[in-house]
Amino acid sequence: MTVAVERPAAASGGDRGRRPGPVTRLKNAYHKHWYAYAMIAPVVVVLAVIVLYPLVRGFYLTLTDANSLNSARTIGVNHIDATYTFVGLDNYADILWGPTSYDRFWSHFIWTIVWTAACVALHYGIGLGLALLLNQKGLRGRTAYRMMLILPWAVPTFVTVFAWRFMLADAGVVNTTLDAIGLPSPAWLEDPLFQQLAAIMVNTWCGVPFMMVSLLGGLQSIDSTLYEAAEMDGASTWQQFRNVTLPGLRSVSSTVVLLGVIWTFNQFAIIFLLFGNTAPDAQILVTWAYYLGFGQTPRDYAQSATYGVLLLSLLIVFTSVYRRWLNRNDVQAAI
Amino acid sequence: MSTQTLTKTPGPDRTGTAVPRHAPRRGRRSRTASAASHAVLVVASLVALFPIGWLVFLSLGPDKDDYLHPSRILDTATLSNYSFVLQHTNFLKWLGNTLIVSGGTTVIGVLTAATSGYAVSRMRFPGYRKFMWVLLVTQMFPVAVLMVPMYVILSDLGLIDTYAALILVYLTTAVPYCAWLMKGYFDTIPMEIDEAGRVDGLSPFGTFWRLILPLARPGLAVAAFYTMITAWSEVAFANAFLLDDQKYTLAVGLQSFISQHDAQRHYMAATAVLIAVPISAVFYLVQKNLVTGLTAGGTKG
Repeated sequence: MTVAVERPAAASGGDRGRRPGPVTRLKNAYHKHWYAYAMIAPVVVVLAVIVLYPLVRGFYLTLTDANSLNSARTIGVNHIDATYTFVGLDNYADILWGPTSYDRFWSHFIWTIVWTAACVALHYGIGLGLALLLNQKGLRGRTAYRMMLILPWAVPTFVTVFAWRFMLADAGVVNTTLDAIGLPSPAWLEDPLFQQLAAIMVNTWCGVPFMMVSLLGGLQSIDSTLYEAAEMDGASTWQQFRNVTLPGLRSVSSTVVLLGVIWTFNQFAIIFLLFGNTAPDAQILVTWAYYLGFGQTPRDYAQSATYGVLLLSLLIVFTSVYRRWLNRNDVQAAI
Repeated sequence: MSTQTLTKTPGPDRTGTAVPRHAPRRGRRSRTASAASHAVLVVASLVALFPIGWLVFLSLGPDKDDYLHPSRILDTATLSNYSFVLQHTNFLKWLGNTLIVSGGTTVIGVLTAATSGYAVSRMRFPGYRKFMWVLLVTQMFPVAVLMVPMYVILSDLGLIDTYAALILVYLTTAVPYCAWLMKGYFDTIPMEIDEAGRVDGLSPFGTFWRLILPLARPGLAVAAFYTMITAWSEVAFANAFLLDDQKYTLAVGLQSFISQHDAQRHYMAATAVLIAVPISAVFYLVQKNLVTGLTAGGTKG
């Protein structure tokens, strides 16, 4: 998944390329590349047809005023041609600076950032804590704990979200319990602030197992002689954690955090299924874009696609910065 | 279980490190520390189990409002919801559809992810870095940009309302990540094995198919599971691309159930449990491979 990008490939390319003469080498190289391209061809073709082309079209849509009223469509036997027009960058200007752009874009933008940061921090923090606990030597019942802790990952998201809706309903089990111990029982699915809290809570619940399992793999691969050496030198548990565990986890962490950010930023299912269209304040940019494009009438394809392009550019900028930051810190990241 | 996964790892230096771990010194931690970690783990496990357990519990209640009065269920628990869902709804039809879609996605997805992962892991070809970058960027695509144009393309190809459309779309989301995962896993398999295969006269495909794939089983299991759960639980595309309710997958089926039996939450709960059971079973079949499969590449080198 991450590092070790160089080693095997270099070993194959370098060593074997140098041994035979130049002609054979060329031939070998040709053969090697031919196989390589043949092996990645299916992925490339499918991605090109089903992702690249729609992306280009989607980008073109952002430069038009397409919506469901002026797009090409077929009603019964009548085919109506598309009548939307090219409007240049108007959509972008309108979303970023237009009237009520705060309500339409920036409030969702801020919430998306808060949501991503909070969720990834919680995923990583809780995941690391549980992984450390599970990785203790001589822990009894480790397998049982691990089986239970990864359950949220094993169950499809739409099923778990459904279960959470039961629990968070007005008179559901969460509020009954809160009542019983004398705490206020908020309207989780109606009050804007609590909708946001509920969304973060559910997403945290769903996302921790992935982090936990990945970090557990990372922990198990740390050479245990390092701990022995540290112990010999009289390092405290905290010092061992700081100076052995964290550096040992760096490459795993850099990858899972990046994936976590990308997935959380684009996390569609949880918010969509938890609230449907009823929670304008809890919509992150992805669900908001979906709402514009599919959840309302008339469907605003152009604006929806514009949000999509803005989202994608945000993620690409983030990834590039993140990669540069990692490289500066000498972590050979996945990309 | 974890020692088992440790020694199973094909990495060259893992087995060596597993042995000194059994040294008793660090195991003999104070009683309180061990009690505290058990307490935290028990609480965490309860939090992890509770929503699902609750859903199962609610699905036993015979009345649609039982979820508001859980104490009633204790006395009246019955499996009647399940028999209703199985006999009087399209559940079995939807289950069949979902099996076709997720099975197709898994088989094709794992094969293509494995071949491209192998290519990226073993062969340095021009465009290799760009390919890795594309695989990453593909995961960043928001649903919203792609859905309308995808719909247009698929209807041009005459694929709307077919399983093939869904399989194709799910492949685009699952394969990039799986290819990456497989690359990481292949990186941990020593090059010497490939070289031995070549010396014995196997073609690169032969090496890959006969030698490397069998060794990469844990990685394949994780990739298969990831692909399967992607296909099993995807909602947005399935919602948009399936029109005929005989072709619904379970994810869409459950949604339609909500509007159809608006207040009949007991049936929905039972359906949700029935949906979760098969995929969770698959999950637990592969789970012992998860730790090695997921992070193999990430922790090496």
